[in-house]
Amino acid sequence: MAATDKTPILKVEGLQTSFFTHDGEVKAVDGVDFEVGANETLGIVGESGSGKSITSLSIMQLVESPGKIKGGSINLTGEDLLKKSKSQFAKYRGNRVSMIFQEPMTSLNPVFTVGHQVSEALRIHKKLGKKDARQEAIRMLKLVGIPAPEDRAKRYPHELSGGMRQRVMIAIALSCDPELLIADEPTTALDVTIQAQILELIKNLQESSGMAVLIITHDLGVIAETADKVAVMYAGEVVEQADVKTLFKRPLHPYTKGLMNAIPRHDVDMDELEVIKGTVPSSAEMPSGCRFMKRCPYASEICETHPSLATPTHNYGVEDDSGAVRCWIYTEEWDTATKKQEVQ
Amino acid sequence: MTTPLFETKNLKKYFPVKGGVLNRKMTDVKAVDDVSFAIHSGETLSIVGESGCGKSTTGRAILRLEEPTDGEIYFDGEDFRKLSKSQLRKRRKDIQIIFQDPYASLNPRQKVKQILDEAMAIQGVVPKKDRPARIRELMEVVGLRPQQAERYPHEFSGGQRQRIGIARALSVDPKLIVCDEAVSALDVSTQAQVLNLLKDLQRKFDLTFLFISHDLGVVRHISDRVVVMYLGKIVEIADKKSLFDSPHHPYTRALLSAIPVPDPERKTERIVLEGDVPSPMNPPSGCRFHTRCPFATEICKQEEPELRTAGDMVDGHQAACHHMEEIVEQYGKTPSVQE
Repeated sequence: MAATDKTPILKVEGLQTSFFTHDGEVKAVDGVDFEVGANETLGIVGESGSGKSITSLSIMQLVESPGKIKGGSINLTGEDLLKKSKSQFAKYRGNRVSMIFQEPMTSLNPVFTVGHQVSEALRIHKKLGKKDARQEAIRMLKLVGIPAPEDRAKRYPHELSGGMRQRVMIAIALSCDPELLIADEPTTALDVTIQAQILELIKNLQESSGMAVLIITHDLGVIAETADKVAVMYAGEVVEQADVKTLFKRPLHPYTKGLMNAIPRHDVDMDELEVIKGTVPSSAEMPSGCRFMKRCPYASEICETHPSLATPTHNYGVEDDSGAVRCWIYTEEWDTATKKQEVQ
Repeated sequence: MTTPLFETKNLKKYFPVKGGVLNRKMTDVKAVDDVSFAIHSGETLSIVGESGCGKSTTGRAILRLEEPTDGEIYFDGEDFRKLSKSQLRKRRKDIQIIFQDPYASLNPRQKVKQILDEAMAIQGVVPKKDRPARIRELMEVVGLRPQQAERYPHEFSGGQRQRIGIARALSVDPKLIVCDEAVSALDVSTQAQVLNLLKDLQRKFDLTFLFISHDLGVVRHISDRVVVMYLGKIVEIADKKSLFDSPHHPYTRALLSAIPVPDPERKTERIVLEGDVPSPMNPPSGCRFHTRCPFATEICKQEEPELRTAGDMVDGHQAACHHMEEIVEQYGKTPSVQE
């Protein structure tokens, strides 16, 4: 487990990103806090529409119109990135903070060789000359496990397989030795055997460089395997946060529990999958209280009030203080509220 | 055992690759190369494999959506490949398919009731006056409200659209439903809803499924028997329990061990496969898996292994590997999971 006593590499506080559409404001990310330390991996997990990808795009300041970062702060080793001008931040992006995406084909430029694309980042950020950049690019390609890197550097993206392209993306992302790597569904488009290779590669590279990694995925298996800490997102909010072992041992939020019981597993027999009824509410029908309320089997009157993300103090059994959950069940108020209900 | 509902023998589907100045046929992509299996009435058979293994092409070829290059297909005892176009159209009533992307397979300009009505009208299964009642019934069967039949596909969420696809497939009372990655585009929570629905419907209407998927978790949940494909060939076929508890082919073992388990305390001993799947245009000689197989020897490069049953396998479990006995003996039955 990583040390977190020093200043975190990334600290996000109260992040709010909204999309201003004809039908009104859609709060894609609504008050998200988390931090990631050096050598640490934070996993953000959630289903489509949970705001996990917008969170990562916000950190990279790649949210496109009509989307806008409305509030909060994003601190990279103590500097607020949201206070930087566009040109100032451009020096950070791809240099101190890098990102890899789900689909490596669409994130690579089809008309340049991969060698050119890896050296481009080095020439811009590290001010290397053409020759040095080329050499360094080949070294990076080798580092990410591409066989015959001198030859592959001359190839175009379409000449490589999906797994190889993702390795090239990783080579570009890591070429400037970033402090933070954001991986948004890095293996979702890949086959399982290739996924295993890529996850292993990211882990090894992190061990040698000590960078902080933010991994965004819908796959709880990938989370269990790669993350040190986990944030579960639902409808634009973090609903539960804990270190990975605690989260999987005793998920607290009804949504997290539901999610875990809904995955068909290849290593365990399950007769019937547990189902979370309904679907994620659209922004127009978002409940003002707990956003999971309409789908929650435990919903009670108190859930009409919006709960905050807090350390559980009640009803959670195991004595440990790590983690936080956004649910009334784990507060003192729950007991009084449900007792009152019983009396009525 | 009774005659199976469906059977295919030595199924082949080659796609020609053209090139050169005269656009002549250069070579073939052997997408499906000599595949045989049977599906019994009421069971769910899954085909699992990575991209390019030929699982979807198999599904399409047995429906004759892609005319097979060679091989036999029998449905309900009838030679399916001998049917003329018009006979085939009538027979399609008995075999329906559900696709991965429900939105792309529903006409965006038709209301749900029109979509369902059309399917029944073409096959002539339900007289016109009874169709509205049947549509209401179908909507309820798949867990939608009957009033929602007045809506267009875009007004539904992904999971609901997949339910419409299922309702359409059910509308003609098929005997066999091919599900081609039917839940892959859905989120976990909706995926679970649709999987449970499919299981329910199978019990209720005595349906037979051919389930094509890359997700071994889903496959374990839904199947009775499983076929594992690699580069156009079947590498292992077994009942679900044998396949997951005692996989014999090294590819199956690697595939199972590669899946991340949603449990951080469980350490899996991973067989990481080197490299990528080779091109089906020019598949490796001998055993097609030998280029990535950690156990490959000289014989694997030269001789193509046949599907066979090793001494310790249960009846009906077959794998195509020269070395499966040694591998199982040396590495134990379950490849990956250690408590």
